[in-house]
Amino acid sequence: MNSITKSEQHALARTVLELDVNNHAGVMSHVVGMFSRRAYNVEGILCMPVGRGDTSRIWLMVNEDARLEQMVKQIEKLEDVLAVRRHGAEHEVFERLEEFFR
Amino acid sequence: MTSPQTETLTGAQLVVRLLERQGVRTLAGIPGGAILPIYDALSQSSLIHHVLARHEQGAGFMAQGMARATGQPAVCLASSGPGATNLLTAIADAKLDSIPLVAITGQVPKSMIGTDAFQEVDTYGLTIPITKHNFLVGSAEELLEVIPRAFRLAVSGRPGPVLVDIPKDVQNQRVEIREWPAPGVADVVPAPAADLLARAAAMINEATHPMLYLGGGVVHSGASALAVEFAEKSSLPTVMTLMALGAMPVDHSLSLGMLGMHGARYTNFLLDECDLLIAVGARFDDRATGKVAAFCPQAKIIHIDIDPSELDKIKTAHVGIQGDVQAVLEQLVPQVRANLRQNWLSRVAELKAAHPLRMPGIDDPRTPYGLIRAVADCLDDEATITTDVGQHQMWAAQAYPLRRPRQWLTSGGLGTMGFGLPAAIGAALAEPERTVVCFSGDGSILMNVQEFASAAEEGVNVKVVLMNNATLGLVFQQQTMFYGERTFSSKFKGMPDFIKVAEGFGWQTLELDQADDPQAALGKALSARGPVLIHARIDLNEQVLPMVAPGAANKDMIGG
Repeated sequence: MNSITKSEQHALARTVLELDVNNHAGVMSHVVGMFSRRAYNVEGILCMPVGRGDTSRIWLMVNEDARLEQMVKQIEKLEDVLAVRRHGAEHEVFERLEEFFR
Repeated sequence: MTSPQTETLTGAQLVVRLLERQGVRTLAGIPGGAILPIYDALSQSSLIHHVLARHEQGAGFMAQGMARATGQPAVCLASSGPGATNLLTAIADAKLDSIPLVAITGQVPKSMIGTDAFQEVDTYGLTIPITKHNFLVGSAEELLEVIPRAFRLAVSGRPGPVLVDIPKDVQNQRVEIREWPAPGVADVVPAPAADLLARAAAMINEATHPMLYLGGGVVHSGASALAVEFAEKSSLPTVMTLMALGAMPVDHSLSLGMLGMHGARYTNFLLDECDLLIAVGARFDDRATGKVAAFCPQAKIIHIDIDPSELDKIKTAHVGIQGDVQAVLEQLVPQVRANLRQNWLSRVAELKAAHPLRMPGIDDPRTPYGLIRAVADCLDDEATITTDVGQHQMWAAQAYPLRRPRQWLTSGGLGTMGFGLPAAIGAALAEPERTVVCFSGDGSILMNVQEFASAAEEGVNVKVVLMNNATLGLVFQQQTMFYGERTFSSKFKGMPDFIKVAEGFGWQTLELDQADDPQAALGKALSARGPVLIHARIDLNEQVLPMVAPGAANKDMIGG
């Protein structure tokens, strides 16, 4: 499925996606299914409820890939996804978590 | 105490009332334990006619037949577990061809979900990738929002299937209704961008060799007449995908028929020469484009589609316009100059004369092309044509004189053998005044043969034309062409007596091979009321030509 090596993966540019979604069972499946059906690995996932908990925010870290543009369009079409924002790999949300993964 | 304006209903009664309010008058399904409350409520409905399928996939394709024939969302019902899994193929098929379908499934009671209960399967999880959206309903109250929303989603934007999974206890839960929600209808599609329309019009006016490429979205949008007007005004030679056949009458002077894998030689050659491709409601499917890098290599591309994710998905468009096809064309056509394009049209005529679609045997009803033409000669444009999947489907796509949008119902994207018969039943249920003809093969017909029983029970006006070569014909053809003639597992050694099979189900039959005057016999069989099987043997060496090898460029056609 994925023939690139660990060292090559580190060399790939990363993108951070920020999704506002409805907060109910199944939404995460809809989102990650978009990636898994394309054999497109998700490197990092974070999700927490926002405000009163009607919505959640999902942070995804993925490799830059020619398919990313299409991926974002497909995610935007999901009924439970309210907004998608793209950030560079330098976004601090995952960096601050690194201490939990040492 | 309930006030006079409120009533207390079960979730199941609520579903039935919401379907009635949605305008559903016919639906197809099969009952089972987990959906029995809904069936019990359905038995009390005087408005809804339930058609009992013999396999849930049959019910799914009957609903598809209704939706494809009318453009309105249609409903199928199934129980939990195997009932739901049997529906999956029909749902996936609706997703790939953008057909508005609302599938309602029973589920084990909420307290038993996740316990591997009898007939429990994760229907929600299974249907995520094959629906536009899906719901697992948590309470009867939620149904008031979910059912209208399911219909709204099925028909809004690019149509598609929506699944609603309802646990049995939710169906039995009583809820007080104070106010009924409005039926779900399509959302308004945002107007297309004016600057893009102006740029597109300028490109069309400047092009010397433009081509119009119509897809199924033209049919879904109800824009066929406008697309023809557009083509006529700017003299645009027009190709259609498998899904768009009928959008422009095939004998229109600007029609070049179907493009792609089994398109005519001149059609694919002309696409190679065009300097502008105007794709309307089409998605650059690989069966249409062949090798993408070699598809319309000289052309700029204008792509019009209601689904923004289709723009730039396969081919990057020079101008990509998001919008409803009908609305876009309404604004675009007035900006396009009338143009006779005499040079280009004479080049079209030249290539058409040099490389026409060859249909050997077209005048002999005992050949594949001739049989399709003979059937057409017995009917008018009011007839609806469905197909299964395989050689007969491609021969019919090439040879049947389709002239009306929604005249042609075929499984394009998923290519599901077994589609034709139940889809024909659904089309006949939705529009009982029409004759519905299903072209099928001996491979395909057996995949949903049990629906002969539902067709007989309903007395639907369906004629199955079974082209029997005792072979999985398109597999046999590909093995012959591309696998060194190792025709493995494609020839049937045992073959049922289809006439007896059909008679056993209560159908009228015609053995065409034994008819002295096949044309007259066809005319009689096709004008008989009710379900009729017309059986004809064909030679297993007959091929669908021309053919572009999978992955090859469209200009590299074999045969034809």
